Amino acid sequence: MSDPGVLVVGASQAGVQLASTLRDLGHEGAITLVGAEPLPPYQRPPLSKAYLAGATTAATLALRSPEFLAQRDIDLVVGERVLDLDLDAGLGRTDAGRELRFARVALTTGARPRRLTVPGADLPGVHYLRDVRDADALKEALPLARRVVVVGGGFVGLEAAAVATTYGKEVVVVEAADRLIGRAVAPQVSDFYRSAHERRGVRIRLRTEVSAIIGPGRVEAIVCDDGTTYPADLVLVGVGAVPRTELAERLGLQLDGGVVVDAAARTSAPRVVAAGDCTVQPHPLTGEGRVRLESVQNAVDQAKIAAATLTGTDAGAGAVPWFWSDQGDLKLQIAGLSAGSDQCVVRGDPDQERFSVLHFRDGRLTAVDCVNRPADYLLVRQALKRGASLTPDAARDERVELKALLAR
Amino acid sequence: MPKVEYVDSAGQSSIIDAVAGESVMETAVKNGIDGIVGECGGAASCCSCHVYVRSEFADRFAPVSELEDDMLEGAVCERLPSSRLACQLVVSDDVDGLIVDLPAEQL
Repeated sequence: MSDPGVLVVGASQAGVQLASTLRDLGHEGAITLVGAEPLPPYQRPPLSKAYLAGATTAATLALRSPEFLAQRDIDLVVGERVLDLDLDAGLGRTDAGRELRFARVALTTGARPRRLTVPGADLPGVHYLRDVRDADALKEALPLARRVVVVGGGFVGLEAAAVATTYGKEVVVVEAADRLIGRAVAPQVSDFYRSAHERRGVRIRLRTEVSAIIGPGRVEAIVCDDGTTYPADLVLVGVGAVPRTELAERLGLQLDGGVVVDAAARTSAPRVVAAGDCTVQPHPLTGEGRVRLESVQNAVDQAKIAAATLTGTDAGAGAVPWFWSDQGDLKLQIAGLSAGSDQCVVRGDPDQERFSVLHFRDGRLTAVDCVNRPADYLLVRQALKRGASLTPDAARDERVELKALLAR
Repeated sequence: MPKVEYVDSAGQSSIIDAVAGESVMETAVKNGIDGIVGECGGAASCCSCHVYVRSEFADRFAPVSELEDDMLEGAVCERLPSSRLACQLVVSDDVDGLIVDLPAEQL
């Protein structure tokens, strides 16, 4: 009997990477990659950017060619969701009744959009944006709408708001927190995005929660907790993502706002690894605490680590987290993780829409948020990779180029 | 189908049948060419698809934008006059037979 191999549950960025790295590292047994969506694996980041704006097509979203997977002898099953896994028997079952044999499992199940639960949240005209079907529905509805309300001032919401503005729509963004993209960037960057979007015609309402969506037959307005009402033909909800942990729960794995994994992508069960948006992991640079990283970079790097763990090879040093967000003509690039930082230094001029915010903790460089300053981003990313730093005082001196400051 | 040839830093060559309209990066990634990562999917955001375009093809592509120029400045391997981000190079019949050389390392 042949090696029952590895079952990879989830066929998006992390799952595809994990399967292909397994082969690259010499895994000889079977690899089965199962995705619940009907499409072959595709890229999600363009869905709220170029794809929504009509600048790219569905064909260019593909992550890998069918030949690529076939050449690597990776069995791809799409349009079926894995419902049950029996680790002892090495047997899984999909919602289509397909039986899957395996010796070990990789969970790359991703996340689903957090749903609004206010009255009217299920009215027609209320959209979410996570998969290509969501994007297609939004793309179809957007040209027909005049007034758009975006609930949530995070990346998805702001990227879509920027697209809607270029379509000439009246856009209002409603955010519960006191600043935009607050979990990811410095307050200066949040403030900048607020002003920059306002300059482009978007209205931003902070510290405001939606209390109801008004119909009757389809969305006509939203009502906020301060009593204000905003008319809307289309509502896009972007209030974060919830890790898909149902299978992990059924397997009895340790959970903590995601599937708990160690630095080697091991879960609490010996034959199960996990990677990507569904996981919480120790901070990749400091090893401290537990962080949940939702990014292409993390999906790719953690998947490579998981594949190394499954094949017993050395995964190498932890990768530097990075992220990007295109909002209209504003390119945000982030390297490192700024959470826990205690000091910031701004270089460049936010009024010119070109600047960087360097983050420090105990005087050491931890991260950078760059707006239209790609060279700074690349320099800091490489510096973090090799453990280089600079002092906040040195960073403040803009007469000296960052390249020179980080040369050592 | 236009063909694109990728030559890695060890001189190993791979010739791929490309789809017109897709980028040199997408063509590489979908077909598993090592040495081009293309992590950001073509948004000129990660600088992991640095290539050197052979001179006879250089002027058949749109010129380097300000953004690409800034990104190339931060490439891990040396920037040369022939340096481009492969995600910004669109394959067409006009560049059939294109040869790009890959740097030893990407970010």
